[in-house]
Amino acid sequence: MVMQRLSGWGRTAWTVADLVHTTDVDVVRSTIGAAGERGVISRGLGRSYGAAAQNAGGIVLEMTAENDPMGIDADFDPLTGLLTVASSVSIDAILRMCVPQGWFIPVTPGTRFVTVGGAIASDIHGKNHHIDGSFGQHVRSLSLMLSSGEIVELSPEQNPAWFWATVGGMGLTGVVLRATIAMLKIESSRVEVETVRLENFDAVCAAMSADGADDDYRYSVAWVDLLATGASMGRGVLTRGDHAAASKVDNKDPLAYDPRLTVSAPGWVPNGLLNKWSIKAFNEAWYRKAPAKSHIGLESIPAFFHPLDGVNRWNRLYGKQGFIQYQFIVPLDRTDVLRRVIEKFSGAGVASFLAVLKRMGPQNSAPMSFPTEGWTLTLDMAAGISGLAELLSEVDSLVLDAGGRHYLAKDSHVSASAVRRGYPRIDEWMSTQEEMDPIGLWRSDLSRRLGLVDHRRSL
Amino acid sequence: MKNGVGVAQNIVLFGGTSEIGLAILNKLVKPGVSHVVLVSRDIDAAEVQIAAIAERYPDLEIHHVRFNADDSASMVHVVAEVVQQVGDIDVAVIAQGVLQEGIDYYANPAALLPVADVNFTGTMVLMYALAAQMRSQGYGKMVLLSSVAGERVRKGNPAYGATKAGIDGFALALDHELVGSGVSVLVVRPGFVTTKMTKGMDKAPFSTDADSVAAAVEKAISTTKTVIWVPGLLQYMFLILKNLPTAVWRRLPL
Repeated sequence: MVMQRLSGWGRTAWTVADLVHTTDVDVVRSTIGAAGERGVISRGLGRSYGAAAQNAGGIVLEMTAENDPMGIDADFDPLTGLLTVASSVSIDAILRMCVPQGWFIPVTPGTRFVTVGGAIASDIHGKNHHIDGSFGQHVRSLSLMLSSGEIVELSPEQNPAWFWATVGGMGLTGVVLRATIAMLKIESSRVEVETVRLENFDAVCAAMSADGADDDYRYSVAWVDLLATGASMGRGVLTRGDHAAASKVDNKDPLAYDPRLTVSAPGWVPNGLLNKWSIKAFNEAWYRKAPAKSHIGLESIPAFFHPLDGVNRWNRLYGKQGFIQYQFIVPLDRTDVLRRVIEKFSGAGVASFLAVLKRMGPQNSAPMSFPTEGWTLTLDMAAGISGLAELLSEVDSLVLDAGGRHYLAKDSHVSASAVRRGYPRIDEWMSTQEEMDPIGLWRSDLSRRLGLVDHRRSL
Repeated sequence: MKNGVGVAQNIVLFGGTSEIGLAILNKLVKPGVSHVVLVSRDIDAAEVQIAAIAERYPDLEIHHVRFNADDSASMVHVVAEVVQQVGDIDVAVIAQGVLQEGIDYYANPAALLPVADVNFTGTMVLMYALAAQMRSQGYGKMVLLSSVAGERVRKGNPAYGATKAGIDGFALALDHELVGSGVSVLVVRPGFVTTKMTKGMDKAPFSTDADSVAAAVEKAISTTKTVIWVPGLLQYMFLILKNLPTAVWRRLPL
């Protein structure tokens, strides 16, 4: 038994659990069989920001295969693009294997260091949500170990209720062991990107709306400067693009792929390094760097999809206090709420490094999946700001009153009632969850705070 | 546990009518707290005291558990009852205490027993019971209200000072025992606090009030600090006082 202090990527709310690292199905089964009343949750690379993959006083099954001497546990058919892969494998490993063969992961978040298991549990989305939907929509089938130790095969055709409860189910329906993913065919490892800066928030929203031809681009996202005030409030840089055709790439191997970590954040960073002034200077530079007139160029996969992965352990830049990431979504016609949220944060002097705005497409069949048609805004901020609990609670109300919701993979503060209001299908999900886990084995710090499972069910 | 912005979900106050305890609650209850438990002898009085907080947070669930602070052996059951009502105990504020100023212990030596039971014996049992519960949770914070009176016990009320010295030392060592468990103790050493407990007494130098103690606790609770002094200056004053030769110490008008 290894008692280990764990937190999410935001490095807040540390708790202690019994950490079991394994990718072996038999070890998973014997571990859950021996679990006590604090239950079990699985964990991948720990990239969810809050407490989704922690289980205070219980067992955390760390299922990662980063340094597996056996290599990647995957079976890939380059003719059909179907990839069957262990849940412990990361998108990083998948890209290294598949990009040179002309296939790309159908959905990637802003970091490639997430496991397939985590991608399914959080039903992650990327810059192509408005066109391609979220990760779960590209999963053809998965095998799941239930709390009984039994392994079931789930797909949208075969037991859809259990399949969709697992997609976006935050690991609370079982342990995903393997999944089959339909990959995306690409001709090159470059992305053809159009970059333009937009002088204020209205211009950003207009350019990203369906009328603004956003649907012509597979990938689209805007970075928004929350510290700009007055007429420039909400100015941003919009980047949109798609995988480049082989003919556009001036390279003898158009599929060459070599992602590298460029620098590492130091192990120790003074608290307050990222403050209103340093972020303001950064934002100004970032905005000025972007072309005023639309510019088209080729970018590498890491530069376009995973800019933050260039700095190893960038989450330490906020110092000992850690940081929180606030991501919410509101319906398409509620850009007024986005504005009010931005005003609230800037009015309170909260500086956010790289706020990101994206227009999302329709919701899939998963009751607890976050994306739904609307605007999602993501911002991060130091956790130690005084009065943050009160400020966030006011912002939560604005979001919920507008019919919006919060992304559980990012969440580290919302209340149980906020989730009930934001996710109207939660009761349906909870009853499926109870059917799949009648003994109430799967628990996490997140599920305790949000009342996602009935903790009175005793093991 | 606490959330990403340092707000604990379930907070329990032992000594539910303690002025300092309630002032601390007032600071710790923020959006995100779901349950508050007041553990006290007098539930009606506790209910009156919590009314203002309850009004501010309509969604907050408030629970009451009755206890006798001088019944040391009962503390194990008290903790079990709290757990039964709210589940995990994320923060426990331990504020029960008796002063018994002006009692003639020469005439009635046994009168000091409640002082020892409430301030020392019962609190030790309580803290081990809490530690066991919190260790199983993988997270927890105990806030113990100690006193500078324990730093160098003086004449006048040696029984009180001695119990505070004892519980203070106990709590520090318990915190040490709990390293790595996710559980920790914050020992709060206020100077003279103007409350109902000290009503009518002469104010000592560097006196403080319940709100200042509460503000200091709020600031320290999400750090790794083990001890805080209120006001902070007392830490340095006692560094001197503790090391004064006895002859000098005894002549001080304290």
